[in-house]
Amino acid sequence: MFAAAKDFQMMLEKAMFSGAEKLQGLARPRRKHRTAVAGAHIAVMGLSHTYRRSDGPVLEDISFQVEPGEVVALLGRSGCGKSTLLHMLSGLTLPSQGEVVINGNTVRGPSNRWVMMFQAPSLFPWMTVAQNAALGLRFARRNEEIARRVPEVLDLVDLAAFADRNAQDLSGGQQQRVALARSLATRPEMLLLDEPFSALDAFTRRALQRDVRKIAHNLGLTLVIVTHDVSEAVRMADRVLVLDANPGRIAQDTVIDLDDDEREGGCDRFNAEHVRLMEIYTAVAHGAADETDDTPEKA
Amino acid sequence: MTALADTTEARIALPPMRRLRGPAFGLLGIFVLMALWWLGGWVVANDPDLFAFADFAPAPTLSALWDIVTSGEVFDMSGPSLFRVGAGLGIAALLGVPAGIAIGRVGWLRELTNVPFQFLRMISPLSWMPIAVMVYDTWDAAIVFLIGVAAIWPILFSTAAGVRRIDPAWLKVARNLGANPVHMLFVVILPAIAVDILTGLRLALGVAWVVLVPAEYLGVTSGLGYAINDARDTLDYARLAAVVVVIGVIGFTLDYLFMLAIRKFNWVRETAH
Ligand SMILES: Nc1ncnc2c1ncn2[C@@H]1O[C@H](COP(=O)(O)OP(=O)(O)O)[C@@H](O)[C@H]1O
Ligand SMILES: [Mg+2]
Repeated sequence: MFAAAKDFQMMLEKAMFSGAEKLQGLARPRRKHRTAVAGAHIAVMGLSHTYRRSDGPVLEDISFQVEPGEVVALLGRSGCGKSTLLHMLSGLTLPSQGEVVINGNTVRGPSNRWVMMFQAPSLFPWMTVAQNAALGLRFARRNEEIARRVPEVLDLVDLAAFADRNAQDLSGGQQQRVALARSLATRPEMLLLDEPFSALDAFTRRALQRDVRKIAHNLGLTLVIVTHDVSEAVRMADRVLVLDANPGRIAQDTVIDLDDDEREGGCDRFNAEHVRLMEIYTAVAHGAADETDDTPEKA
Repeated sequence: MTALADTTEARIALPPMRRLRGPAFGLLGIFVLMALWWLGGWVVANDPDLFAFADFAPAPTLSALWDIVTSGEVFDMSGPSLFRVGAGLGIAALLGVPAGIAIGRVGWLRELTNVPFQFLRMISPLSWMPIAVMVYDTWDAAIVFLIGVAAIWPILFSTAAGVRRIDPAWLKVARNLGANPVHMLFVVILPAIAVDILTGLRLALGVAWVVLVPAEYLGVTSGLGYAINDARDTLDYARLAAVVVVIGVIGFTLDYLFMLAIRKFNWVRETAH
């Protein structure tokens, strides 16, 4: 009975969304003239996940939507299921319950219309920078685009001069830029970033946070970024979903209202947002800690 | 004298010296080997009991070697042998590489095949000889089979070990970028394990080259093993020793070629940064 109602609700939401998309298409024909690809719309509906070898669910009843072009951060403690959720958005893992709907279609597997980036750049060490960046196009059998598109994306990440170098000759930050170029080459509608800068030094990390946000904005890409770092969320995200742990749930959904200059930090508005988000984050983390805390002093 | 090493000239002179060190020591090694050979020949020639074997000494051997090289006989001898080794290695690679990839990728297959394969691996390839002779119509086919049996294990195990060392993140990234299984094999897996396959082939060549000569002692009337047997029967020890040298030179050259290929395909950086 309950399940049927939920299914019906999903169907309804899906139908409404695809209707809205059609309307949007009619209302804004100028979209077609833009060179940038429009960002993807994400709807996550009643998603729960239990790994085969784990006892309880890792994620429970997660629902949210992301507008095209929006930058959303998933903020939570290590182990709360952020990576699991991101894998489900990408289609690399399928949820045990509920669904992810992107642009009106249920996700059933990976697609080069949305690309995931990981903490390690994982470039192929036997290839040059350009060959690495061309992989998505090669896999999509769009070889004729490589000659034009690869220099374009390498230019976008300021690595045009490194095209013919071996991937291993680059620094960690540069390698992550190549991974970004590789992700952008197929003109995806969405990037999913799983703590992609956490292995970099602070300076390089800041630069990449700013550049990735700028590139995504210019291209109109939807960006979902997983992080456990409050300042990263404040710097990059338009909106932050704070996740609770055991099982992972969305505890808070909050907007970061800063313009690009303010996101550079050092101003009162940035500091205020940072403090506010930090308070939310610690409250959520504490709430989770209290639930599992059974020391006698508590009572 | 020690102060000399500290002068600028000495330090500038060092890098080229180090580059020459490898080849210089190689030459020195060959020289020592030749000296020992010559010494052995001299002892044999002066011992009344061993006098009949004096033709194994360097001088008669090198003269016989000169004869078989200038007459072109050396190519007639080694051609069939190279063909047999090539065919045996080729077949072993054709079976061993796919099997190695499958075993490296699929856990239950690895567990299932581990004991039988380790068991089969430890059987001397030459002990299959009577069976090979019965099963195959031609001697050539039997020899290729024996070489294949010897060569498949290093290729298979080296390939499987290479596959298991592949960074799982590469597979995830490739899948995420839209790679299909064919891409996965040719763009990710094979380049990642090229060096492991070549290392397996190099080891396999070593075993195959060892198995070849005794296998050619039987039946066939061509090849290096046959040439050795034939020289022994005609008591032409200089020629016998010359063929031994030819076997060594070809084996060394093939091994060196594999080493060059490994160096070319090796993408692992010596120094991490
Ligand atoms: N393949 C898996 N099988 C079983 N449990 C897993 C697997 N992957 C992750 N987990 C568990 O799921 C929980 C969430 O993991 P993850 O999504 O990686 O969290 P996060 O990215 O927030 O650190 C953790 O407790 C982790 O141990
Ligand atoms: Mg994670």
